[in-house]
Amino acid sequence: MGNIRSAVIDVFEEIGALSSFAARFFRAALSRPFEGKELVHQCFAIGYKSLFLVLATGFIMGLVLTLQLRPTMIDFGAVAYMPDMVGIAFVREIGPVVTALICAGKIGSGIGAELGSMKVTEQIDAMEVSGTNPFKYLVVTRVWACILMVPLLTISADAVGLLGSYFIESTRGQVSMSLYFSRSFGAMAVGDIIPATVKTFFFGLVIGLVGCYKGYYSSKGTAGVGTAANSAVVVSSLLLFLVDFLAVLIADIFYEI
Amino acid sequence: MTSKQLNKKKGTPLIEIRNLTKAFGNNLVLKGFDLQLFPGENLVILGKSGSGKSVLIKCLVRLLNPDDGEIEILGKRIIDLDQKALDEIRTEVGFLFQGSALYDSMTVRENLRFPLRRHPERKASADEDQLILASLKSVGLEDAIDLMPAELSGGMKRRVALARTLILKPKIILYDEPTTGLDPITANEIIQLMLKLQDELGTASIIITHDMDCARVISNRVIILTDGINYAEGTYQELDESKDPKVSAFFKDINKRNHG
Ligand SMILES: Nc1ncnc2c1ncn2[C@@H]1O[C@H](COP(=O)(O)OP(=O)(O)OP(=O)(O)O)[C@@H](O)[C@H]1O
Ligand SMILES: [Mg+2]
Repeated sequence: MGNIRSAVIDVFEEIGALSSFAARFFRAALSRPFEGKELVHQCFAIGYKSLFLVLATGFIMGLVLTLQLRPTMIDFGAVAYMPDMVGIAFVREIGPVVTALICAGKIGSGIGAELGSMKVTEQIDAMEVSGTNPFKYLVVTRVWACILMVPLLTISADAVGLLGSYFIESTRGQVSMSLYFSRSFGAMAVGDIIPATVKTFFFGLVIGLVGCYKGYYSSKGTAGVGTAANSAVVVSSLLLFLVDFLAVLIADIFYEI
Repeated sequence: MTSKQLNKKKGTPLIEIRNLTKAFGNNLVLKGFDLQLFPGENLVILGKSGSGKSVLIKCLVRLLNPDDGEIEILGKRIIDLDQKALDEIRTEVGFLFQGSALYDSMTVRENLRFPLRRHPERKASADEDQLILASLKSVGLEDAIDLMPAELSGGMKRRVALARTLILKPKIILYDEPTTGLDPITANEIIQLMLKLQDELGTASIIITHDMDCARVISNRVIILTDGINYAEGTYQELDESKDPKVSAFFKDINKRNHG
């Protein structure tokens, strides 16, 4: 009983600390100096590091989804709707969530470990005494890079997912690429695309913030670095689903009525 | 040199600490510490592991905020400074970290360039690359300029860190255990380098160490940090001969560890 209570308190403490970290991020993000060069560098590093993984996963998800759906769609006589179905599924949910989870694993843990080891080896202190604000140089740039790159990665995942789906369809049925894609895009409404894209920015924010928070405040010692990387993934994955749920709820209100 | 002789050439202190207090929760680390650092001197602070030596010098550059007490550096009360004035003072106070703290995602060149990026005024006199090269030359490592920190030995890392500290031409250098983790020969090289820098640049230094050989060779004055206060102060010789049980036990302890 006592254990449960202290665990609940821990969770709320964590939420409080993370919120104040987020507040600090927004304050720092909007004030000078801006670390533009480092931001570009981080965007490149973060985007490039996960691009291959995201593309490979997106393509395979496209293949698998189509293969799995096909028999049922045939039973319902609806196999002609495959492009519509896969397109909407990918853009609305599969693309954003799968990409975000991959990024949480790849980028979030990377940031957690990197900042954690910089903290432990006093590199963050060294930056501070040499006149650079480490929060701006390390945290703000990385969070911004995540906010900008996760949506781009998601769009790439969507694109190759559809490609994967087309690949299966073209071997099983006879459909041209242009027809497949025009059917697929034709099925999407603004209400599918806008909320799905907006939420990916928030996914990026969550991944960047949690990774930086865990690393920046990691405890001393090399064990702290491992813990930082690990809990960055766990916490951000959980938060991603929560944000996803909220995003869908809100989007429903705006686009359904 | 006796402390009387030393007193004569002291002048106004570069750093003055009065009644410095710092606690972490219930852990009272510094309980009213006092210290003065005079121009050109090497002041060694001895203390057991966990006695608060790193905390002390981190308070000096406000990496930690003291709970109470007064710190004056170059005539400025650093507790009251805003960020800009603080950064200004920090360029005058070089800090050599316990584990070198080189940025391991950057080359040696980029490591040395980093302190310059926020201080364009320091570059005005010379071209950036020249400054970097000159600084590396002063620690004898100009060949390592394009290596990554992971490719350097412990002693080389310490030197690069020193070069990075020197590049802003500080008036004061704080060394946090400069010889810890190095073999005796490399440690001696670092000590000789520190002496050379004191000689050539006229910087004053606070040196934190466990290494009694280092303390003996490098110190003009020694302070013993025990129980959170400046427990004893004097030349190495004076303290070594001290009858005070805590001081002599301390020296015996460390001498035994070093030689036994
Ligand atoms: N950021 C911190 N938060 C909480 N406690 C700290 C912090 N930094 C230091 N301490 C505590 O302060 C005490 C002194 O630590 P400090 O690092 O100054 O020791 P030290 O004298 O430098 O030892 P060493 O020779 O091992 O480096 C220790 O008990 C340590 O646990
Ligand atoms: Mg220490």
